[in-house]
Amino acid sequence: MSTLHVALQILSDLVLAAGVLFVLTGAAGLHRLPEFFMRTHAASITDSAGAGLIVLGLLLRTEEFPTALRLVLIAFFLMFTSPTASHALAQAALGDGFRPQGIRGRKTS
Amino acid sequence: MLLAATLGLLTAMLLALARAVLGPTLYDRILAVNSFGTKTVLFIAVAGFLAGRPDFLDIALVYALINFIGTVAVLKLSHYGEFGASATGAHGDDL
Amino acid sequence: MTGWMLIDIALFAILVATGIAIAQIRQLFAVAMLSGIFSLTSACIFVMQDAVDVAFTEAAVGAGMTTVLFLGALALTRTREKETPRTRSLPALLVAAATGAALVYASQDLPAFGIADSPVQTHPVTERYLVTSAEEIGVPNVVTSVLASYRGYDTFGEVVVIFTAAIAVLMLLGHGATRGVEEVPPPMRDRQRVLRVVAKLLIPYILLFGLYVQFHGDYGPGGGFQAGVIFAAGVILYALVFGLDAARSGVPMRVLRPLAATGVVVYGGVGVATLMLGGSFLDYNRLAPDDPAAGQHLGILLVELGVGITVTAAMIMLFYSFAGRGVRRS
Repeated sequence: MSTLHVALQILSDLVLAAGVLFVLTGAAGLHRLPEFFMRTHAASITDSAGAGLIVLGLLLRTEEFPTALRLVLIAFFLMFTSPTASHALAQAALGDGFRPQGIRGRKTS
Repeated sequence: MLLAATLGLLTAMLLALARAVLGPTLYDRILAVNSFGTKTVLFIAVAGFLAGRPDFLDIALVYALINFIGTVAVLKLSHYGEFGASATGAHGDDL
Repeated sequence: MTGWMLIDIALFAILVATGIAIAQIRQLFAVAMLSGIFSLTSACIFVMQDAVDVAFTEAAVGAGMTTVLFLGALALTRTREKETPRTRSLPALLVAAATGAALVYASQDLPAFGIADSPVQTHPVTERYLVTSAEEIGVPNVVTSVLASYRGYDTFGEVVVIFTAAIAVLMLLGHGATRGVEEVPPPMRDRQRVLRVVAKLLIPYILLFGLYVQFHGDYGPGGGFQAGVIFAAGVILYALVFGLDAARSGVPMRVLRPLAATGVVVYGGVGVATLMLGGSFLDYNRLAPDDPAAGQHLGILLVELGVGITVTAAMIMLFYSFAGRGVRRS
């Protein structure tokens, strides 16, 4: 095993650890925060930083091109779909009369 | 490290499941399911590397592409009560 | 390996917890969401069991189609589960307990978990599928050669089942073609822009990925069933974001109906062709007598194509009939 290989492995481990930390932070927030809009905020940490770092960590230990391509595609599509889903969700909740805490508004349903 | 990452993702999945069960509003549940889906994508990807079988990534890729559809569908239905209208539909409101 | 066992235990714990929650919750919207989680977890378990093709099917069907069809059914019925009176739930409990006891009793006869000389491991057919299929069929993905060639008959049956199910739903829900005049105000496009743009960007890739899964099934996980569902998911996403009418004018019902039958005909046609060439039904070797492997490749390609066409058409038709029905009622 070359030095570069070992270095990449260690780097990959570090990046993966950071990614999982973000995912866990987001999940804890999703579970603990008191209100829907705050939870959206926590969940998007998982989708952006968590997913991005984990995919990067896996990329660092990939050797074949097709695998790397798939990882990049997964990251690419997650980067598009997750924020869109969060956005549509938050907008729907707003349209339904939910308001973020601290902002006065009607709460119809 | 891969094993630890897998277990961390599983913990996060459990937390998301708890949110999906507890609610309280429909939006909380949709958010939890969507987040659970992202975590599943990551879990399958990491598990593929753990097993030394990167062809698992195809499955993660399917989820990354179409997990979104379920979210759009439930938003649509909870808002309009039917799928038919376009997203800028009958209520003059947004999704 | 304890690490793997830990993962398995955690996944099964999530599965059981989800199941209990589904049984407890009465709001059917929430139940539809939770069944999505159930499906995601099952896919993870299949992945851990190395059953990649099954996981792929679960992923494709569970992530998009099942949720959408559940929701479609909810739109036509009620969104709250009816309470079952206690007096009626006692016999149900007894039946469930008896069935469970019988299953536990029967499981005593199963070979021990992971044992090396279980019937599955020692049966000659395992050897044939796993070892000989490489030269007999020459397709790297053994699941595909079993599904499309060794067990081609069964798969034909499955395609016919899907076709029949689609016809049955069409008969029950109508063609989804009748809809009243709609009074949709001029669209307020700007508030929907994000969703529209992202959907537009995503749909071509979903369709492309469907094609990849269709034609890459010989080499990796995938095949006609998964590809069909993914392809249909792309069209359904279009219908959800841009409206049913737009989707219908792009992929009209009058195209889908013959298409669903075409897939079955392609599959059956390959069988008839091999009969004509002097072989037995679905004996692909006859398609290229000089080079059996080439014949197998051609046969599997055509048969998978038939499966893909039927599944795509059937899934889109199912969605159209649910969605169209909802419009008419409201």
